[in-house]
Amino acid sequence: MSMIAAATEGSLPFPILTALIAAPALGALFTVLSSNRRPEITKLIAVLSSVFTGALGLWLLAAFEKGEEGFQFASRHEWIGAWGIGWNVGVDGISLFLVVLTGVLFPLVIVGIDPHHDEKRYLSWLLLLEAGVMGSFLSLDLFLFFLFFEIVLVPMYFLIGGWGYDQRIYAATKFFLYTMVGSAFMLVGIVTTAILAERDLGFVTFDLVQIAEGASFATSTARWLFFAFAIAFAVKVPLFPLHTWLPDAHTQAPTGGSVILAGVLLKLGTYGLLRFGVYLFPEAALWSREIFLTLAVIGIIWGAIAATMQTDLKRLVAYSSVAHLGFIVLGTFAFSSQAVSGGVMQMVNHGVSTGALFLLVGMIYERRHTRQIAELKGLQKIAPIFAGVFMVVMLSSIGVPGLNGFVGEFLVLIGAFPTARWWTVIAATGVILAALYLLWAYQRVFHGEPDEENSTFAELKLREGLVLAPFLAIIVFCGVYPKPMLDRIEPSVNALLDRVEAITGYSAPEASHSEPTNTEDDSTNTEGDEE
Amino acid sequence: MQQMTYPSIDWLAITPLIILLAGTMIGLVAGSLTKMWRSSAYALSTAVLAAGALGVSIAIWIDVNSDGPRSIINDALTIDHFTVFVWIGVTISLGLVSLSSANFLRRESMDGPEVYALYVMASIGAMIMAASNDMIVLFLGLETLSIALYVLAASNRRRIESQESGLKYFILGGFASAFFLYGVALVYGATGTTNIGGIADVLSREIFVRPDDAMLLAGLALMLVGLGFKVAAAPFHFWTPDVYQGAPTPVTAFMASVGKFAAFAAFVRVLVSALSNRSEDWRPVIWVLAILSIVVGSILAVVQTDVKRMLAYSSISHAGFILIGLEAAGHSGDVEGVPSMFVYMMIYSVLVIGSFTVVSLVTRSGDARSDLAAFRGLGTQRPALALAMTIFLLAQAGVPVTSGFIAKFGVIKSAVVNDSYAIAIIAMVASVIAAFLYLKIMISMWLSDDADGAAPKESVEVPWSAATVIAGSAAFTLVVGVWPNWLIDASRDLLVLVN
Repeated sequence: MSMIAAATEGSLPFPILTALIAAPALGALFTVLSSNRRPEITKLIAVLSSVFTGALGLWLLAAFEKGEEGFQFASRHEWIGAWGIGWNVGVDGISLFLVVLTGVLFPLVIVGIDPHHDEKRYLSWLLLLEAGVMGSFLSLDLFLFFLFFEIVLVPMYFLIGGWGYDQRIYAATKFFLYTMVGSAFMLVGIVTTAILAERDLGFVTFDLVQIAEGASFATSTARWLFFAFAIAFAVKVPLFPLHTWLPDAHTQAPTGGSVILAGVLLKLGTYGLLRFGVYLFPEAALWSREIFLTLAVIGIIWGAIAATMQTDLKRLVAYSSVAHLGFIVLGTFAFSSQAVSGGVMQMVNHGVSTGALFLLVGMIYERRHTRQIAELKGLQKIAPIFAGVFMVVMLSSIGVPGLNGFVGEFLVLIGAFPTARWWTVIAATGVILAALYLLWAYQRVFHGEPDEENSTFAELKLREGLVLAPFLAIIVFCGVYPKPMLDRIEPSVNALLDRVEAITGYSAPEASHSEPTNTEDDSTNTEGDEE
Repeated sequence: MQQMTYPSIDWLAITPLIILLAGTMIGLVAGSLTKMWRSSAYALSTAVLAAGALGVSIAIWIDVNSDGPRSIINDALTIDHFTVFVWIGVTISLGLVSLSSANFLRRESMDGPEVYALYVMASIGAMIMAASNDMIVLFLGLETLSIALYVLAASNRRRIESQESGLKYFILGGFASAFFLYGVALVYGATGTTNIGGIADVLSREIFVRPDDAMLLAGLALMLVGLGFKVAAAPFHFWTPDVYQGAPTPVTAFMASVGKFAAFAAFVRVLVSALSNRSEDWRPVIWVLAILSIVVGSILAVVQTDVKRMLAYSSISHAGFILIGLEAAGHSGDVEGVPSMFVYMMIYSVLVIGSFTVVSLVTRSGDARSDLAAFRGLGTQRPALALAMTIFLLAQAGVPVTSGFIAKFGVIKSAVVNDSYAIAIIAMVASVIAAFLYLKIMISMWLSDDADGAAPKESVEVPWSAATVIAGSAAFTLVVGVWPNWLIDASRDLLVLVN
């Protein structure tokens, strides 16, 4: 154990990953301790610590070794020795962009959205949330991951409950309890994994990599364990039929909360499925793939239909999240390189585009104090720039080529087609449905002649524009030139799939039930098809 | 006349008991001969007494480290790490509860030496229970503890609820003690000894007692009932909500910490030491008690509207969690069960004292308002107090970075190590239900507006003594949550039971 520790330590003099977690946590502490009478100082602390974290994230992105499949910047320290628990963090292609997204999203939320009351507490909860999310994405120790995964609930609970809308307490409690039920199973699963691994390894450890490489689980045991993990992640994603907390939480959360929830929090589920579910228990994941594919596809269609029927703009976006996350799960359980990479990209892309959508819906609410689609009309005439921005973001969410939403979804679909054909066929109709509900909503809200109440709708302000600009930049850049992103994601995804193949003997292109001609076409066209 | 032989006495080992006993005797006499002492003086002197006993206990711990465990006074008491760990827990709890009572008793016009003397007497009983190496000694400790607790529960003479609480506890507790004693008698009948080590010794040789010996099994069952009552495990929990609600709030904290510490120690002495050979018989019973306690405690807690009742039910479910550790300890060769139980107990004691101290402030004068509405607006009125309470509640819910998570993790781990997956999963799912209860209190503190004007008008006073207890407990909760190594390492030593 100590030899491995010595080998991985000291790869970088500055513990950047630890700093990524510590910076927002310290920011939260300092905002709590700051004086009540100087709110501008509190805000300054919050902005600085979140911007600093974002800068660290970008530095990480720049320093990340392209083409490497393993964990980089790993650092490992013993923590609870008697239980074999360590402070064990690392980043690879799968988590890299989620970390960067977290780092970018929080400062934008902190700068761009005004909580209206109790700003000090709001900011400290938000920073604590950031620390928790960062920790979840960076942890390579099962115990540590669970710790962060759970701790995230507390600030989110208070953000929804304290700064949300009418039904906020109901929504916050539902969110907390739903997630906790899943975590209950996962905790037992984590402990069992470590205990069983101890019998193979000879020492107790919660280290993800050591367990994955050193332990072998009996087939049925691994399936039970996989489900213990998967149920926690399925709630978080959320996968149909465990998704019902999401529309409530999204609708009732304050704008900042919604952006974070959609942007990064939901990704904890899809990320967890890949990082822990598939990585630790490949056989079980493969064995149960049809269940997950089916649930994912139901989620895509169900989310889309439910979104179409919504009268509340924010609820509509919330249901669209259910549909979009279905694509990510579809990609994950398609077990082909393109599909899984597409799923990882989609995690980031959905975070950007849905985050921006929530931001825009929040701005509409600020101006009109309603989110009812029926009460909004003709905003394009009054606020053309606002409408234009909304249009771009919405098209990205629909998945129009040239914008980021397209890349991930398209990769998922072409990747999944050879390995999970019929699910992919049905899922593809979800893309069309997305165009239906979003365009229809856009038409009702922005087109037509504004009535009296809507005629005073204010145009996009400079501050709002500056907050939205990074979103638009990412949307366009990743849509036009996704290669740099894919270059970093793919090696790690391939390593994961190689592991699946090594253990189960399953490899995607040779899937027996697909015609060889199709697979040939799809797998050669990876690079060119994005644009 | 025959020469009487006196057992040799290891004086150092019983110094903590002597300190407490002598201190409380002197205190009682001095207290009755002098005028009312200045504010908090009784509490402070009790706390000093507890600190003295704590200091000596720590010295004994170090002594046991070097010289090894031993049994003393003709095998009546055992001094091992287990004993000393419980002593440390009890003395810490005693000190904290005394301090948290200081202002409370003055506010309720109950101040005087009696309550503190009873605290100390009860603690002595608890410490004897933990150390006992003989069923009779254990029973003596149990009665010393219980009788003091009956009086304490009824000690608020001006509140009818307190009287009711004391009477209920007395009648039901008397029955439970009788059950336990009858169980001891039957076990004595089956094995021919009351010495705990002796019982284990006899049972390990099948020639003397057949495995299906009815007398032994009946004795075991009766002892389980008696101890199950004392730890408030379902289905012997019915007294808990009424007694916890009616008793003066610091007394409730005392019952939930010291009382349970002692009862679980007795459980270990009786089941894990004396009857370890019959673990196949008692383990399934503990399994059922644990599950029932967790489920019943969690579900019934959620429907309460009174915070003291909520915490009473939640203490039932915590007892269930600790019983998971006991169930694990019933598997042969187990090394996790007993340590995880007492790590949990230590953590829970501090948590429950912290929580009830906050409650005792919020109930305001008269100790009357413990409904949820009394907590409204605490977040804006007393943010620090509400924050501390939030920490305690999150810890009880088992949220990471608090001590409560470490506690839960330990017992779940002990269950999983012994392949008791069902109990682990049921416990974790039930704890989600319990989490709803803690959320309800948090909602009341932070998120509710006082629309119907049900919140009390009187503001919440935070005296320094209670503030010390709350701050100390909160700090302990967070420190153990982040840095639990020392507690876990210390608990490893509890495995060696010398009986």
